[in-house]
Parts: sequence; C-alpha cells; structure tokens
Amino acid sequence: MKKFLIAVSALTMLGGAAISSAQASPSEDLKQFRAYFFKKFPGVKLQDYANGIYALDATRRFEWEAMEEFPPYEDGVEVGKKLFNKYDLGSCFQKGGIGIKQYYPYWDKKTQKVRTLEQDIMACLKKKGVDTKKAKIGWKKGKLAAISAYMAYTSRGKPTSVTIDPSKASLNAYNKGKIFFYAKRGQLNMACADCHVYNAGMLIRGNLLSPALGHTTHFPVWRRKWAKKTAAKKGKSGPLDGFGTIHRRYGGCNKQVRAKPFKAQSETYRDLEYFHTYMSNGIKLNGPSVRQ
Amino acid sequence: MASKTIKLRARAKGDTVTVKCLIKHPMETGMRKDKKTGKVIPAHFIQEVVCQHNGNTVLTADWGPAVSKNPYLSFAFTGGKPGDSVSISWVDNTGDKDSASTKIK
Repeated sequence: MKKFLIAVSALTMLGGAAISSAQASPSEDLKQFRAYFFKKFPGVKLQDYANGIYALDATRRFEWEAMEEFPPYEDGVEVGKKLFNKYDLGSCFQKGGIGIKQYYPYWDKKTQKVRTLEQDIMACLKKKGVDTKKAKIGWKKGKLAAISAYMAYTSRGKPTSVTIDPSKASLNAYNKGKIFFYAKRGQLNMACADCHVYNAGMLIRGNLLSPALGHTTHFPVWRRKWAKKTAAKKGKSGPLDGFGTIHRRYGGCNKQVRAKPFKAQSETYRDLEYFHTYMSNGIKLNGPSVRQ
Repeated sequence: MASKTIKLRARAKGDTVTVKCLIKHPMETGMRKDKKTGKVIPAHFIQEVVCQHNGNTVLTADWGPAVSKNPYLSFAFTGGKPGDSVSISWVDNTGDKDSASTKIK
C-alpha cells in the first residue's frame, strides 16, 4: 500500500509539471476505471471484484464455491512448490520468492521494458542451468504455470501493488498497453474493453462477461476448459492440466475475436499486462483460482 | 486419515452437519469404445457409498453408471457436533473400495 501511495504522489507531482501532456496520468485512469465499475455494479465492493463474475451472479457463485471446496489446482500448486524448491528458484527473488507477486509486472530499468513474473522465473531457471527445452518448460502452461501458481498462492491476500515508473519510457509502455486494451481488433472487430468494460455483466452465449476491474488478481488461472481439453488430448487427467498464465488467456481472447494472437511474453502482451494489472491495484491477490 | 481417492470435509452449523466429498473415480459406464482399438472400455463405477457418523450410518447411496467421473457428493444430517467423526466409504463394481474419515469442524 505504501509503495502505491508513493507511486500515486510521484505521478501527481509529474502530472503537475508536465503541462504539455494531453494524456491523463495512470492514477487518474485508475480512479476513472474504478468509478465506472462502482457505478455499473452498485453494491459490489472493490475487494469483491477479485472474484470476477462470481461477485455478480449468485447461481454461478454457488457452483464456484462448491468447486473451491476441493480446488482442482491444489495438486498443481504442490507440483509448483516441488519444482520451485527443486530448482532453488527462491534464491533469484526478493524474500525468497515468497509473497512477492503483488509487485508484478514491473518496469525493468536495465532493459527498459516491462518485466513479468514468468520472465523472471524463466531467467532464474536459465541462470540455474536448467535446459528448459529438455525439461519441457514452456511459457504458457504446464510447469511454468505451476511454479507461477505456487508463487501466486504464497502471495494470496497481498494487495496488487504495481508501480508505474514515472519515466517517459515506462509511461509509454503503460499507454501502449492501455491503447491495446481499448483498440478494436480481429474479424469481429472487438476490443478487450468491449467485453470487459462496456458489456461486463452481460451474457455472451452461455458465459457471463467479467469486469476488467479485478481481472488479474487470480492469475495464473485454473481454467476448466483447458483442463478438459488437455485431459481429452492426453487420454488421462494430470495435476497441471487446467493451468495457464495470463498471456495464455490473452492469446485465447484474441483468437476468439478472430485476431492473430501475439506470442506469450511478447512486448505487446507485457505492456498490456502492465496496464491491466495496474487497473487492479489495491485489490488483494487470490490466485490461482478456478474459472470457466 | 489420508485417503487415496476421497477428499472429505464436514462442517457443523447449529444442529446440522454438512458433509462434502470429492471422490476420484473414472465412473466408466461400459458403453464407451476405445478410439484406437475399437474395443469396449469395461464398466468401472462406484455402486455403493456409505457415510457413517460416530459408527452409525447416516447415508447410503446406490449409484450406477449415470453418475459422472469424479463424483462430488454433498449432503446434510442433524444430530452431529464438532469433534464427532464422520467417515465415507465406497465400493465399486470391480470390488475396489476406499474410505476416508474426518472430524466435524
């Protein structure tokens, strides 16, 4: 929370000095973002948004709570923990990698790019000399997602605390992410905002559209659709079947509007994640969680 | 007691105890064919589930192939209090069985 306040005060100071800037500051964006959803769903508190559609629909919530009684991701988180300890990943992170997900993604001053948790995990694995190809560790699912899920699990309850670095390059990245979020794409000509801002709470076929506020808190996610798909492909179910990173979902969403998806951990998706996660600042993390 | 296939939870609210369990079991109907070999996948499903509270049976369930894979069972009974023991056991058509027990919270 303190980091967030420092970031906000830094931004307001910057906002005062940059008279020529026509774009609103991230903190202004955040205020407007929240205000929009509070007006759209009166009675839903900020922290409730972490549960997405289950904060909006009672029937779906009932089913979801039944699932969370015996979470399908339990065994997967255990696998993630084992891998985390096996490769001694804690040594690459602050606080031994425990309870730190709330600060991701962050602006990396060295590379002048947005850096995600998945990138840091991969970098650590490579530093430890792990042959990720041989160990079959990809970017979107499976073992990497399990490790990320374990780290998310240890960070449960921490409020999202993404800092938008006040440098020009960082704000550029944030704005690129913001533009991506609101820009229409694909054959269906739809933006992220079309479903998750303007039509949040509405039905799209049999699914309820989740509000973008609180979107990122439960990632990496255990998606029932992915679990079913993987189990059907392999012929049997495994503990990591449903896991997927946020970039996996970004790709899926883009495919759904018939747009060519970007690669996981591409700069485009990282900038998007930067903006997207910042919009959920202050909301407590609750990953991994079960979703459709 | 750690069980291989049963995840069990029992919670008391007033006089009512709600028992929830998730059983890992293929629940094969016997109507499916293996896509590669063309042979029928033999039926393998739970036939009986028994739940006991302090040694007394509170629920008996007779299941058949209509119950889906990895069944989730939830029910409530009265007369239990925190600390009492609740157990679930199942038997399937091949003679396999498993059971788990827990204390009511």
